[in-house]
Amino acid sequence: MGLFIEIKVSPDAAKDPATVKKLSEVCPVGIFTAGGNGELEIVDANVDECTLCELCLGVGAAGSVQVLKLYDGNQPLERSR
Amino acid sequence: MSILITKDTTVIVQGITGREAVTMTREMMDYGTKVIGGVTPGRGGREIHGVPVCDSVEQLTNKTRVDASVISVPPAFTRDAALEAIEAGIKLLVIITENIPRYEVAQMVELANMRGAKIIGPNCLGVLSPGEAKVGNLGGRAEDAKKAFVPGSIGVMSRSGGMTTEICSTLTAAGMGQSTAVSIGGDAIIGSSYAELMPLFEADPDTKAIAIYSEPGGRMEADLARWVKENKSRLPVVAFMAGRFMDEMPGMRFGHAGTIVEGKADTTAEKIERLREAGIGVAERIEDIPKLVQQGLA
Amino acid sequence: MRFYEYESKALLAKHGFPLPKGSKVAHTPAEAEAIAREIGGPLVLKSQVLSGGRMKAGGVLFTETPAEAKAAAETILKLEINGQTARGVLVESKQPIAQEFYLGVTWDGTAKKPVMILSDMGGIDIEEVAEQHPEHIAKRHFSTLMPFADHKAKELVASLGITGSDLNRLTRIVATLARVFQQYDLTLAEINPLGKLEDGSFVAVDGHVDLEAEAKGKHKKLLEELGIGEDETRQARPPTPFEIKGREINEVDHRGVAGNVTEFDGTLGLVIGAGGGSLTLFDAVRKHGGDPANYCEIGGNPSVSKVCNLTKLILSKPGVEKIAVMMNVVSNTRVDLVARGVIKGVIEAGHEPSEKIAIFRIPGSWERDGFKLLEKYGVEYCDRSVSMYEAAGRAVAKMKAA
Repeated sequence: MGLFIEIKVSPDAAKDPATVKKLSEVCPVGIFTAGGNGELEIVDANVDECTLCELCLGVGAAGSVQVLKLYDGNQPLERSR
Repeated sequence: MSILITKDTTVIVQGITGREAVTMTREMMDYGTKVIGGVTPGRGGREIHGVPVCDSVEQLTNKTRVDASVISVPPAFTRDAALEAIEAGIKLLVIITENIPRYEVAQMVELANMRGAKIIGPNCLGVLSPGEAKVGNLGGRAEDAKKAFVPGSIGVMSRSGGMTTEICSTLTAAGMGQSTAVSIGGDAIIGSSYAELMPLFEADPDTKAIAIYSEPGGRMEADLARWVKENKSRLPVVAFMAGRFMDEMPGMRFGHAGTIVEGKADTTAEKIERLREAGIGVAERIEDIPKLVQQGLA
Repeated sequence: MRFYEYESKALLAKHGFPLPKGSKVAHTPAEAEAIAREIGGPLVLKSQVLSGGRMKAGGVLFTETPAEAKAAAETILKLEINGQTARGVLVESKQPIAQEFYLGVTWDGTAKKPVMILSDMGGIDIEEVAEQHPEHIAKRHFSTLMPFADHKAKELVASLGITGSDLNRLTRIVATLARVFQQYDLTLAEINPLGKLEDGSFVAVDGHVDLEAEAKGKHKKLLEELGIGEDETRQARPPTPFEIKGREINEVDHRGVAGNVTEFDGTLGLVIGAGGGSLTLFDAVRKHGGDPANYCEIGGNPSVSKVCNLTKLILSKPGVEKIAVMMNVVSNTRVDLVARGVIKGVIEAGHEPSEKIAIFRIPGSWERDGFKLLEKYGVEYCDRSVSMYEAAGRAVAKMKAA
C-alpha cells in the first residue's frame, strides 16, 4: 500500500501467471511483477507513482484489479475509456 | 482569424511513435487539428491513432499536401529531421526538441530561409489558434487547452511554453480571447523571433493587440522594439519581463538555454528601457497584462 | 561553458595558432620558478580565473627573473578575484608587440549566423571600440551550411584597409579561428589582443573560448584532452554541495525534470517550475520581501519520487522553515503527481504537510485529483484564479507570521 494509492488484485488473478504477465507489461510505472512462482508481487516503491492510466483495469476478469485513491475516500478508480 | 495555422492546416508528426509524441498527437487530434500522418524511421506501415506512420517525410508529401510538421525527436536527430521536412517542401516546422546546439539550429534556419519555410522553436511548445487548431503540445489536453485559450483578438508570443498558457489563461479570465498564441522557444537562436512574427500579426485583421513574455539574455526584445518603431505598428504591445533577479547575477544560468546575463544588453533593466522607448507597455505582474492591453487599445 | 585562458590557448595551439613563448601553467610558486628559468625574461604571469578584470585586480604581474616569478606566482595564487581563486598561474614570455588587434568569432542571434569581428584596435574592450571607433571594426557573417571559404576571412581583413603580408597572415588566422568555432560548437572564440610582433608574425597574447553547454557530449575527446571534468559547470561560481545533490536527484531518474537547483541563503524553500514560471515566481517572492532558500525548476512531468527527493533535499537545508510549491498553469506536468511528491517528501522528512507547505499553487492538468490530495492533508492551495504573484505573496506572509 502506498501513501496515496492502494492496489487490490483478486486472489484468482494474482495466481494466474498469464494475468500477472499482462499486468507487468501494461503498467507504465512498474507496479506489478511476477514472483519466483509466477504469482503476483506488488512493487511497493512504485505504487505511489501510479498515473491512473486505467490500463491494469482492463486486464483479467472485470473487477479483478482495483486501484483505490486513498486521498479521495478510498474510491476505486473507474474506467473512463 | 489567426496566423500560421487554421483548422485546414494539414500536419504531420516527425517522431510520432515516441512516448511524448503519441500523447501530443492524440491531444492535437482531439483539439481538431488535421493530423494526417507521422514519421519514424523503421516503423513505416504502422498506425498511431488511426493515422499512417511512414519511414520518410517524402512518403507522405508525395501523396498529400502537408502544411506543417511537428518535430519531436531526440536532439541528435533533430537537425536531419528538420532538413528533411524543408527539402520535402513543408513550409512550417514546429520543433519541440530542446538541447540542440546552436550551430545546428542555425543550419536549419539557414536552409528554411533559402526555401521560404518558417521554423517555430526549437525548445518550444508550438502554436495554438483558439477554435482553429493547435500544432504542438501547447495547452496540453484538448479540454485543458479549451479552458485556457479562447478565440479573440490578442496575439501572444512567449519565450516560455508554460507562461504562454499562463498569460492566455489570464487574458481569458479577463474576457480577452486570443487570435494565435505562439510559444517561440527558449533557446539563444530560434527560428522565429518576436520581430519576425510581428508582420504576420500586423497583417491579420483580427489581431488587435500583442502580449509577450520575455526574459534576460539575447537581443530579441531590442529587435522587437526596433521593429515596432520602424514600422509604426498599428498593434499595441504589452510585455511581461521575468527574471529580474538575474540582473544581479551575471554569468549564472537560470531558466532556458538562452537565458543568461553576459553583457549589459542582456539585463532586464536594459530590455525594459528599450521596450518602453518603443512605446511598449511593460507589466510588473502577469495579472496587469489585461489592463495594459486595454489601455493600449483605448 | 567557459574555458580558462590556458585551456583556450591549448585549443588554439592545437590548430596551429602561435602562442607567446613558453606559455605553461604552474600550480605552485616552485613550478612557476622552473618555467620562468626555462623561458627566460622578461615574463608575464597571469592568474587563471574565469572572471574578467584580472589586470585591475592585480592578477597579471610582470617580472624578469625566476625568483621574481616565484614571488609573483605566490601572490597570484593567494589572490581572490571576484570570489574566485586561481586555478593556476600562466607563465609566458613577454614579447614586444608592435600592434594589437582584436579577433573574435561569435553568434549574431538576430542574423542567426556566426559573425567574425576584427579590429585594428586590440587589447581593449571591443564594445568600447564599437561605440567610439566604429570605423576600426569590421564584421562579416558566414554560412553554417556551406564549407567555410577563406575569401570570407580575406574580405573581412581587407575591409579594414589592411594589405600586404599582414593581409595574408591575418586571413589565415581568421579562417582558422572560424573553422575552430565551427568544429567545436563554440559560442565565442576570441583572441584579444592578437599581437603583431616586430618581425611581422602574429601571436595570441590572450585567448578566450566558450563551448556551448548543449554540445559538451559531442566534444568529450577535446574536454578530456584539456583536462576538463565532466561535471564542471564553469558558471560564475562553482556549484555548492546542495546544488550537486540537486543535480544527482535530477539525473538518477529520467522521468521529467527536477533540476537547475541554485542555492540561496534564505528560509523559504521553493519547489517551483518550469523555466519561465520559475523566473517569474522567484521575482515575485523577492518583490514581496521574501527570502528564498533556493531556485529550482520542475517540469516535463517528473515522477513522484523525483519531486519527493527534491522536497527532502530542500527541507534538509539548514534554516529552511517552509516550502512554497508553485508553477504556472501546467499542461504536461501533472498537478496530482507533484502534490503526491511534495506531501510524501514532507512526511518522509518528518514534518506535517499542512505546517511545512506554505502554499501550493499549481493549476492545470489533473488539478481535480491534485486538489483532493491537498485537501486530505490540509495543505493550503489555490487554483488559477489566484495569480502567481498573489500566491507568492501568501507564502511570504505566512513566513512573516510564523
